[in-house]
Amino acid sequence: MALLEAIGLTKRFGSLVAVDDVSLVVQPGEAYGLVGPDGAGKTTVMRLLVGALSLDAGSVAILGQDLARHPEQARSSVGYLPQRFSLYHDLTVGENLAFFGSVRGIDRKTLTGRAAELLAFVGLTGFENRLAGVLSGGMKQKLGLACALVHRPSLLLLDEPTSGVDPITRQDFWQLIIRLLGDGAGVVVSTPYMDEAIRCSILGFMAAGRILTTGAPRSLLAPLAGRVLELRAEPRALAHQLCQADPDVEDVAQFGELLHLRLRGAAVFSGLQDGQATQLRLSSALAAGGVQVLGLRAIAPSLEDVFIATLQATALEARHE
Amino acid sequence: MNSDRLWSLIRKEFIQIVRDPRTLAITIVMPVAMLFLLGYAASNDVRNVPLAVWDQDRSPASRELLDAYRAADYFHLAYDVDSEDALRGLIDHGQALAGLIIPPDYSTRIVRGETAQVAMIVDGTDPSIASTALSAAAMIGQTKATNLLVERAASRGQSAVTQMPVEVRTQVWYNPDLLSSHFMIPGLIGLILMYLTTLLTSTAIVRERERGTIEQLIVTPLRSSELMVGKLLPYALIAMVDVVEIIAAGVLIFGAPINGSLPLLLVLSALFLMSTLGLGLLVSTMASTQQEAMMTSAFFMLPALFLSGFLFPLSSMPWYLQAISHVIPLRYFLIITRGIMLKGVGVEVLRTEILALALFTVIIMGAAVLRFHKRLD
Repeated sequence: MALLEAIGLTKRFGSLVAVDDVSLVVQPGEAYGLVGPDGAGKTTVMRLLVGALSLDAGSVAILGQDLARHPEQARSSVGYLPQRFSLYHDLTVGENLAFFGSVRGIDRKTLTGRAAELLAFVGLTGFENRLAGVLSGGMKQKLGLACALVHRPSLLLLDEPTSGVDPITRQDFWQLIIRLLGDGAGVVVSTPYMDEAIRCSILGFMAAGRILTTGAPRSLLAPLAGRVLELRAEPRALAHQLCQADPDVEDVAQFGELLHLRLRGAAVFSGLQDGQATQLRLSSALAAGGVQVLGLRAIAPSLEDVFIATLQATALEARHE
Repeated sequence: MNSDRLWSLIRKEFIQIVRDPRTLAITIVMPVAMLFLLGYAASNDVRNVPLAVWDQDRSPASRELLDAYRAADYFHLAYDVDSEDALRGLIDHGQALAGLIIPPDYSTRIVRGETAQVAMIVDGTDPSIASTALSAAAMIGQTKATNLLVERAASRGQSAVTQMPVEVRTQVWYNPDLLSSHFMIPGLIGLILMYLTTLLTSTAIVRERERGTIEQLIVTPLRSSELMVGKLLPYALIAMVDVVEIIAAGVLIFGAPINGSLPLLLVLSALFLMSTLGLGLLVSTMASTQQEAMMTSAFFMLPALFLSGFLFPLSSMPWYLQAISHVIPLRYFLIITRGIMLKGVGVEVLRTEILALALFTVIIMGAAVLRFHKRLD
């Protein structure tokens, strides 16, 4: 049985369709990454999955329990870490854990042991008597995770758990998630960071309330293999213009100082040889156009490349319709 | 309702209340401070009305009349003037609220056995002061006249007419001195408690919403009813502390009597608190911000003040206002406090009011439980 099976989730706010026909399935040991820009609808999906918002259409089943019909049973195996800190500022770390534990029906004796265990797990041992409101951003998130785990849920919903958190804590956080997955839990995590998304077992790219494409990171990256070139050139604006006009180039995207050129599938026939041929041709074409090429090389595609390509493909489709 | 969940919620609320000592201090101090302020201000007693006197006679007889006015503490002979203009000026400026003019022939007429006239002018801006001052002035004058008649008759040897032909013997029950403080204090206790308790719970639910903690509560198995009762009980306990101290202050500072049963008064106060705390909770489930909640609960105060019988007797209101007063819990509680404290009555007399309060509490708590959904939308 799937841990989580959400089908056709739809949520409207007035005339705005915030979430449009979103489906996702999570199996034990899987991390589903919801990736997309701010405003894509990630938080709304999370809230629908936990029943914090009512559905306009679609259904959510957690371990086979329908969320609309048996909300409490379904939620009993869910841990939820909202994007906004949702614990009590004026309670200590220990009191927050104790409250959410006892409200979940865990008896005091079990709770004492488990609280210590969880605080050790998230690295907050020794902070039991600190007020939650005075913790740093990263520690707040760790406490939030501990509270979300207090009833040993098999499904964990993490809404942008690492935004506003320092890089080291982000690293820690992912180590914790990986350990939970190893224990057979399922995780849905939303993130705007592609470097985090790559750690997930399945990704759903979201934009404007819809999941545009979904798949394992590797399979999402595969179609772009060998098709992404990294160009360092001066002047950049001119290089951008010339590349955009080149028949072999599907798209040019700016990555800081660099340009990423996405070649058309036809320009990369089968092996490195042909790709190199295109590179040489581009180099000379750019030089002829008055651009100083400082570097041009094929690189492994990133999830950003995939995301941009997906967005453009969707926009194109929409134009054809 | 699950008692473990309820208990952990109550414990959490108490920790939060204690962690906010300022609010707690205000909650504990405010009722007595308000009673202290309002107890002295809220008085209908007309005492020491400043009186300006233009005595044109300046005779032993006129001084005797003034002594009669001085003796009754309705008037305070504040100004002695020697012209009508001066008297008018004092009343115009509000320095005197009444003026007494004694004509130059006052004593001569009395001696001659003719009718001596004096003029009483009263500032009618505040009708309640004016009417009391008028009747007091008339009464003092009449008593004076009766005394004079009796003296005249006696001097002619007609002792038979010293008996009054008709006498109305009045008896005032429950508040024999007609002290308005005795009437006001039980009412003020109800009013202050209502104000405080509605305000206390009006932010209880919406605070969880505003701070985002509701999002974590939603995923717990807490039920709507558990949340409402768990929010209500801690505040009910604090409010009971307020009840005890405000009743004590009413008795000790203002000398209000408790002629009935104190335990009954406490129990019924607790019942009243449930209804007003419940009202606050209902407001809290509907508001989207704490500020909105506080404004809304403040909105209930004015109608309660005017339509509960606190300021004006319900019997003199038009029928539709009387009808509205039935949904104001303070109305019933005022009858209860005044009944127990002043009249010393018990449950058998207050049955209707007790039932009304209980019904109100059940309905309002039920509405709050139904109104609250474990959702963000």
